[in-house]
Amino acid sequence: MTAAVGRPPLRLLVLAGLAVLFLVIPLVGLIARSPWQSLPRIITEPDARDALVLSLLTSGAAILLCLVFGLPLAWVLGRVEFRGRSLLRALVTVPLVLPPVVAGVALLAAFGRKGVVGGPLYDWFDITLPFTTLAVVLAHTFVALPFFVISVEGSLRASAQEYDVVAAVLGASRWHTFTRVTVPMTLPGITAGMILGFARSLGEFGATITFAGNYPGSTQTMPLLTYVELQRDPQAAYALSLVMLVISLVILALLRERWIGQGVSR
Amino acid sequence: MSLEAHVVVRRPAHVVDVAIDAAPGDVVAVVGPNGSGKTTLLRAIAGLVPLSEGLVRCAGETWDHRVTVQERRIGMVFQDILLFPHLSARHNVAFGPRSRGAGRTTALAAADEWLARIGLIDFADRKPAELSGGQAQKVALARALASDPVLLLLDEPMAALDVRVAMELRVDLARHLREYGGISLLVTHDAVDVQTMATKVVVLEDGKVAQQGTPAEVAAAPRTEHVARLVGLNVLRGSSTGTHVRVGSESLVSVTPYDGDVLACFRPSAVTITADEPTGSARNRWRGRVLSVAPHGEVVRVHLDAAGGVLADVTPESVVSLGLEHGRELWVTVKASEIQIHPAG
Repeated sequence: MTAAVGRPPLRLLVLAGLAVLFLVIPLVGLIARSPWQSLPRIITEPDARDALVLSLLTSGAAILLCLVFGLPLAWVLGRVEFRGRSLLRALVTVPLVLPPVVAGVALLAAFGRKGVVGGPLYDWFDITLPFTTLAVVLAHTFVALPFFVISVEGSLRASAQEYDVVAAVLGASRWHTFTRVTVPMTLPGITAGMILGFARSLGEFGATITFAGNYPGSTQTMPLLTYVELQRDPQAAYALSLVMLVISLVILALLRERWIGQGVSR
Repeated sequence: MSLEAHVVVRRPAHVVDVAIDAAPGDVVAVVGPNGSGKTTLLRAIAGLVPLSEGLVRCAGETWDHRVTVQERRIGMVFQDILLFPHLSARHNVAFGPRSRGAGRTTALAAADEWLARIGLIDFADRKPAELSGGQAQKVALARALASDPVLLLLDEPMAALDVRVAMELRVDLARHLREYGGISLLVTHDAVDVQTMATKVVVLEDGKVAQQGTPAEVAAAPRTEHVARLVGLNVLRGSSTGTHVRVGSESLVSVTPYDGDVLACFRPSAVTITADEPTGSARNRWRGRVLSVAPHGEVVRVHLDAAGGVLADVTPESVVSLGLEHGRELWVTVKASEIQIHPAG
């Protein structure tokens, strides 16, 4: 089919090739510079182990929060008609384009000891959020939630809303339709959204360091440790980066093989 | 258990203002061109489109805007079938009873009973994607009927299927609609559906009822050319052996060999009327008396008692030259190549 319209022009192929090189060379460099012999030692050191576990746990917790709160939000945006829906959608999208450091500052403003929410929490319940593991989870959720919501809303809108009508005619309440029809039918999209959100929060740096700080064992996630090690022991930074590269590749493989493929077919 | 509906839906582009009524056991064919308001009528009765004005009364209940879609005991069959793709045939059929509060076991048993009735119990565990179009639409019919609706709404159930499959499904659908004791509203484009399944026909044009009555009444005396085209079709039920079809005491010849019960269909415009015995190549000729003469548009529709009742469209000139009037006896001819043979259940 595409052959019929002629050969692809060389200049486009050259530019496309350069783009590929630009994306691939750093990864190759990372693999080449990695200290393979000392790798097992570096990644089993207490700091590295703590950071890895913390990263996986906080990202996992963040994505669960996304599921619990983000799925209903995506549904409301995708399936309920109301005034100001596009305004709400724009509002939800803001953290997507916000520089992560700004997100961290904004979180401090809201949940810091003198913040709108953080103030009363501290004054009345003696609860401090910033610079705790919970703050890491909140920072991760803040950046991952828009990813999740936009991705799930997209797949909610793509799956035929006519099925809501079918279910209603059959006597199903909207809740029954949500649990028995909408969620199962958009499961590929929901899972893809969870994986995307997880990947986004795993790499989160700016909001975390601003809002949660960089304390080994409680708020020092993999990206933060990698940054610290780059100044202290570059070999370790390469090793940690390699670990994250592997995790990213696994996520990518999951996305492509398990879910994206199924998500396209009805 | 009857249905009385006066549906008024005002949209910027068009207005639908239709009154219909039906009794239990009725199959009301709703026909009309695209945009004439057929689907809007169905959706308004279902509660999916709010009424601007009017009233829907069904089975002794008044279905106004306070009565939700879920509360109306209706079944609906869609052109696009719309079986839930993630559920097996069995769970699709059980969905209605489950939603209306039946226990899991009861609902699944009811589903199996329905699948057995439509002859697809062996396909119970298949997903919709693993069913043929005709099978899927039958499952969709079972799903609509499984929650025991008082009103069954069918929105062009055969339009998305290819001709052969649609023909087979039509036979089954006709049987299930006969067995179903409630009221059916069937939106269709096909005069065969009207003549073989419907007890009443409502022709819509521009959101209004152009004509209604029994299919025979409307076909014999269509008020407009449009109605004539939508409803006018000769359907003779007979038994075919090769290309030879016996219809009561008469017989006819087609060009489609088939053995078994058939519906022989031909358009009124394919029928020729002559005063003398024809001598041409047309092999189907019957004697018949004129029952009625009704003009519509440019032509005149004549109803004759030949072969159990035949409609013919002739020019006004022929009416004069043949002296067509009630009781006149004439020759009716149809070319074999004009006759379409459909298998009948």
